[in-house]
Amino acid sequence: MEIIGIWVAAFLTLCIYSFLYRDNPFYRFAEHLFVGISVGYIIIINIHQGVIPLAWEPLSEAISALWAEIVGTTTPETRNALWGLFRILPIAIGLLFFARLSPRHTWLIRYPIAILIGFGAGVAIPNVLQANIFAQTRGTIEPFAAINAGTLSAWDTFGAILIAIGVICTLTYFFFSVEHRGPVKWASKVGIGFLMIGFGAAFGNTVMGRLALLIHRVGFLLNDWLGSFGAFFG
Amino acid sequence: MKRQIPLAFCFLFGIAMIFTQFSPHSYSQAVYKEVIDWGLIISPFAMVLAVVTLIQTHVTRINLRTEHWQYSLIVFVGMIVMVLIGVPFGPQNSIVEWLYNNVQVPMDASMFSLLAFFIASAAFRAFRARSFEAFLLLATAMIVMIGNVPVGDLVWNKVMSWMPWTDGASWLRQWILDVLNNAARRGIILGVSLGVISQSIRIILGIERSYLGGGD
Repeated sequence: MEIIGIWVAAFLTLCIYSFLYRDNPFYRFAEHLFVGISVGYIIIINIHQGVIPLAWEPLSEAISALWAEIVGTTTPETRNALWGLFRILPIAIGLLFFARLSPRHTWLIRYPIAILIGFGAGVAIPNVLQANIFAQTRGTIEPFAAINAGTLSAWDTFGAILIAIGVICTLTYFFFSVEHRGPVKWASKVGIGFLMIGFGAAFGNTVMGRLALLIHRVGFLLNDWLGSFGAFFG
Repeated sequence: MKRQIPLAFCFLFGIAMIFTQFSPHSYSQAVYKEVIDWGLIISPFAMVLAVVTLIQTHVTRINLRTEHWQYSLIVFVGMIVMVLIGVPFGPQNSIVEWLYNNVQVPMDASMFSLLAFFIASAAFRAFRARSFEAFLLLATAMIVMIGNVPVGDLVWNKVMSWMPWTDGASWLRQWILDVLNNAARRGIILGVSLGVISQSIRIILGIERSYLGGGD
């Protein structure tokens, strides 16, 4: 089974690399198979990690508890499980997504969308404040305490000052409430310089990340696939 | 009515998520967990809608016999095989794991590695240091790429042997990432975060309501 897996993976890898020559039936086959398999996998993960543990199991336990309540065999555990009946509400709200398929009832889709957007916005505010604004500002200012205490080397002090200048100038570039003239213009120009360096670093890292994947795939073809020839042909 | 009630729900869920995150009280934490679970239950239904749309698109392609319509059948084969095995038996099933490890992961890695060729080709055609800013971008990208591979330090140690530092290429790359790139990224993150917060407040307060779409 492992050998077949290696050969299937090698065939599909070569199908995708065939696009480097030009668009062809092998590439289109692999591309469409990739879409189908990926969508199927997302469905499985959503059902097994979302719907079943969060909706199906609490609801089925609650129905069993309700039955126990009716027949009079209730216990504190079954009474607690009754709360699971409330999971009908999010399921019903989620089902409203299907209103999109009926032109007369399309407006009902606003309910689940509004809830999800409100939920996302509510989650975002404290988390973004904590993880991005406070943490990034602290990271920029904190080295100055070490400079003040005299525990930072001259080179690291230079780096800390450069970071603070870079952050202020980059923010100045995005600050459109004042006209970019005089000192603001120069700060903004320095900010553009820092941004270009940031984009250059992001570009360099992206290229190297893709190259690492390419090396991995070529390594797979040369070592695993070619190495399996002996086993496959006996 | 068709717009006001969804706006009220948006407000309620948004406020609930903000206040419950700040309060350590057990009731507050229970509400927080419940609302998170609600969000996780509702969102897969959006995925189902996306899958229905994908199916409709490919069924239309097959019915109209558009160019390359046969490949739409491959989409269905991949999806049906995965769902038929994975939904009843779960993602830990050996066949699902085999398909994931030998079909999905290799194709995913190959697709992304393919971009290495296109990025290199696009960079070769478009990268021209026509201005100082373009030069900065080009020089940084080159240093980061050269500093990422062992040959970068090898060249540095040969060519720059008169300098007191060894392995300067990887050191320079790391310094650029830690200081100059860090400053730019922090500026961008702070700007984007302020934007996210202001937009979130507008959504919760019902000022931003474009997500509701047009009509009544």
